Amino acid sequence: MINWRSTWSIYTRELMRFLRTAFQSVLAPVLTTSLYFIVFGAAIGGRMPDLGGVDYGAFIIPGLLMLTLLGETTSNSSFGIYMPRFTGTIYELLSAPVGVAETLIGFVGAAMTKSLILAAIILVTARLFVDYSIAHPLLAVVYIMLVAAAFSLFGFILGIWADNFEKLGIIPMLFLTPLTFLGGTFYSIDMLPQPWDTIALANPIVYLVSGLRWTFYGSADVDIWISFAITLGFLALCVAIVAYIFRTGWRLRA
Amino acid sequence: MDAILEIEGLTKVYAGGLKALDDVDLTIRKGEIFALLGPNGAGKTTLIGAVCGLVRPTSGSIRAFGHDLATDWREARRRIGLVPQELSTDMFEPVRRAVAYSRGLFGLAPDPARIEQILKSLSLWDKRDERIMALSGGMKRRVLIAKALAHEPDLLFLDEPTAGVDVELRKGMWAIIDEMRARGVTIILTTHYIEEAEEMADRVGVINRGEIVMVDEKAAMMARLGRTEAHIALGRPLTEIPPAIARFPVELEKDGTSLCYRGGDGTGKGKEEVAELTKALLAEGIDYIGIDIRDSSLEDIFVSLLGEEAVA
Repeated sequence: MINWRSTWSIYTRELMRFLRTAFQSVLAPVLTTSLYFIVFGAAIGGRMPDLGGVDYGAFIIPGLLMLTLLGETTSNSSFGIYMPRFTGTIYELLSAPVGVAETLIGFVGAAMTKSLILAAIILVTARLFVDYSIAHPLLAVVYIMLVAAAFSLFGFILGIWADNFEKLGIIPMLFLTPLTFLGGTFYSIDMLPQPWDTIALANPIVYLVSGLRWTFYGSADVDIWISFAITLGFLALCVAIVAYIFRTGWRLRA
Repeated sequence: MDAILEIEGLTKVYAGGLKALDDVDLTIRKGEIFALLGPNGAGKTTLIGAVCGLVRPTSGSIRAFGHDLATDWREARRRIGLVPQELSTDMFEPVRRAVAYSRGLFGLAPDPARIEQILKSLSLWDKRDERIMALSGGMKRRVLIAKALAHEPDLLFLDEPTAGVDVELRKGMWAIIDEMRARGVTIILTTHYIEEAEEMADRVGVINRGEIVMVDEKAAMMARLGRTEAHIALGRPLTEIPPAIARFPVELEKDGTSLCYRGGDGTGKGKEEVAELTKALLAEGIDYIGIDIRDSSLEDIFVSLLGEEAVA
């Protein structure tokens, strides 16, 4: 049976950690989003045609949201578990009467909450630059939460796998960010020449960006249900890996 | 007395092949202070880790409060506290919040009055809103104790609780441990300071190379393995032991200018024999000019059990 008090303790502590650096946590996405809108929205976007009937400035919002979401959620979650391992404070979690459910709900729930806060900040910032409306707001929230959950777990796995700070940063830096940039954040896959438009479909981030874009504007590069299926599949894979880690104690217990 | 922790056949072999625990059997009784002594790398921390869920045993069983830790770990862990050897805590957290977190993590409802009581008992109340990083080393160790006590454990592990703290603070820590015992907490402490075990423990276990070498009541161990050693400086050198004192365990040393007595046990029998020996010497007309007498300490026993190199 899940111990909800333990879960709440982990959740609130993780959120407090986020709030400790609230200024940086809020200012960084506001600044980054503003810069993207100035460069891509105003400077370049003015020369771009509408994409699927959507103004270019509005078109890039879901991509920018996904870019920040994937990076921040992964790093928040990976640091959340790596730092206790690094400083030794993990002993308290391991010796407490908490299992995989409490730990995951606490850590992942907090990472998801942070992601939703970030998403809200980015959307409010975007509103200052472009006019947009969300076609399926409820689905957008659900989709953001699913992606946040999946990448919180991914970050959790990363934080357990990493045994130094370099490894902690290498996956987001070398894989996640480039794949997100190449995943249709700033363009539609349809704009790519052959064979790049086909090759681009091998990039899983394409499906995530496309899925979120569909919830915003009702159309996207990939069918929404394929995007949902891939997101849920990745989430299930991460849950299975984390369950394995807890069952075996890999890199957690000596 | 009721057994609160039962360890049977506990073995831990690390991935690199190091056997840190080798078929360890140990029973801890309710309400006692048990000191686990051993040199560096003896397996003390691994043993604690295995009970507290930080180390996966290779084989063997651990039962705490009647719960098998392999299957019923939640119930058992709820009642176990751990103060680790390293000063591992979130340095950015204020003291009170860190302690309250520990209580919540173990599934207990918030209880500000209880947290206040714990912090006051550890002289941390004045520091309650300070970040842990701003505290001295001794204070940080107290915070770790407060965190371990926050969920009101019945069994508390203190892994080297006074490592690196000065003598005054060490004595303060002993007083804290005494208070915990008075509240009915069973305490298992590992220590390098044998003086600490001698001062605090009801029972002592000696571990070396992953094996429990001996477990006994401290007093019984002292009585069984303790010795009295006396060096009697003689007025005139002797060439041989006079027959009148041959019944005593004595030998000549320093070219016959000193008589060495080694005997008795840890109960004071040795001192009585030394007194008789001196009377016998005077009765024989053998004068002496000084006596240096001492009972063996737990440290002497520890050294004799493990060898000088073990405690070097």
